[in-house]
Amino acid sequence: MNNFSYNKVTEVAEAVADLTGHTNARFIAGGTNLLDLMKENVAKPDHLTDINKLALAGIEATEDGGLSLGALATNADTAWNELVEQKYPLLSQAILAGASPQLRNMATNGGNLFQRTRCYYFYDTATACNKREPGSGCSAINGINRIHAILGTSEHCIATHPSDMCVALAALNAKVNVTGPYGDRVIEFRDFHRLPGDTPHLDNNVQDGELVTSIDLPPSNFTQHFHYLKVRERQSYAFALVSVAAALELDGNVIKDIRLALGGVAHKPWRDRSCEEAFIGQEATEANFRALAEKILADAKGYGSNTFKIDLAKRAIVRAFSEALKNN
Amino acid sequence: MKQETSTLEIDDPFSNTLPAYTLVNLRINGQTHKLRLQPWVSLLDAIREYIGLTGTKKGCDHGQCGACTVLVDGKRINSCLTLAIMKDGAEITTIEGLADGEANHPLQDAFIEHDAFQCGYCTPGQICSAVGMFNEGRAHTLEDVKELMSGNICRCGAYTNINAAIMEVKAKLENE
Repeated sequence: MNNFSYNKVTEVAEAVADLTGHTNARFIAGGTNLLDLMKENVAKPDHLTDINKLALAGIEATEDGGLSLGALATNADTAWNELVEQKYPLLSQAILAGASPQLRNMATNGGNLFQRTRCYYFYDTATACNKREPGSGCSAINGINRIHAILGTSEHCIATHPSDMCVALAALNAKVNVTGPYGDRVIEFRDFHRLPGDTPHLDNNVQDGELVTSIDLPPSNFTQHFHYLKVRERQSYAFALVSVAAALELDGNVIKDIRLALGGVAHKPWRDRSCEEAFIGQEATEANFRALAEKILADAKGYGSNTFKIDLAKRAIVRAFSEALKNN
Repeated sequence: MKQETSTLEIDDPFSNTLPAYTLVNLRINGQTHKLRLQPWVSLLDAIREYIGLTGTKKGCDHGQCGACTVLVDGKRINSCLTLAIMKDGAEITTIEGLADGEANHPLQDAFIEHDAFQCGYCTPGQICSAVGMFNEGRAHTLEDVKELMSGNICRCGAYTNINAAIMEVKAKLENE
């Protein structure tokens, strides 16, 4: 780990201002991913601004019937929050499927959005990686790519986004509130993370100096038929090979609304609203779930060791929706 | 750990401007330790190397094994993935702080009773993690315990006996 200076701030404006004057300053909250990357010399900040004292840890109902998740609320406090459990159980399930209890006690909601890929080449500074060192090449495309992406890839990067929480947030149409040197703005969740394209070093559309303050969830009717299915190498405490956030709103057995987001398959949580819309008004049957799975994976591309993910994702989608149907 | 020497020698614009040490007050097992620390010292290294409480173990140093688990304000965390300077003033409990005087913590007795280890290296982390799990109050069944203890790896594979020890203490606590 390189040396750095450190400052603990108490006000949001102070946090944003504290970044200026440094070449590579970073906010630190839980630190679970950042410190790990620093130990590997993948992240090399010259200054850390500790934002843990900011008053951003609340979880509160919003006037429109939704919920506001403070950026500094921990993953554990969010997953086990009464309002989240009641109104957004899909989110609780997804968070609890990720990491370990210790990490969930440290990791924050804001930080979760900024988790970096667990691509082995990204972590290994002895190898080429366009995400870590733009222009150096991608070692995964022709390398060992069992954990890599099958959707939205580019010739420059096939890394996946590692978060479980973000998959549920994508399914639930979350919005991310950020503040920064140029004021406040709201980012729709689908616009938060990026596809790799020819700029794989950019994971998301947050600008330098901007700070996530909260995540808003709109009112949701997905409290009955939902399931977060995570398929991984071992039953607990492993990243997803494929994960599925499935949610249904039913009228009898007719689909009134449907959400499907995939994790472990792309550079961002993968959603395709047009695929979902094609099944609104249709019966909630296994055949339709299979058709939906075929549709959302129509453009999937395997790279050798990860080609199995295409079939795995299809089966996981059918199983997740079948499980969602069972909930009463 | 790999070091890129160029990083340290060339990209180090702050070597003359950094405060070399910061005064940090660490409250560990009820005792305050005033330490002069560099910002990059992990809580784990502060506990082991600066304070000399070596019960807390360094396994992977990357938050993957749980050997470094301690309680901060009653919550279990990986002390390797937090900076000591970030925990200034927090109440930290390590394995050394669980006993009540000469009386072991019930989990310590249960681990001995059930032979819940072979090499013992993961044991302090396992026990601190189990205390944290009890504080959370979310483990109701053996399946819950297995899932909620998954952040603590035992390379000897003593999980069966670890789970038995935890389940026994859990039952005792619930009957109190």
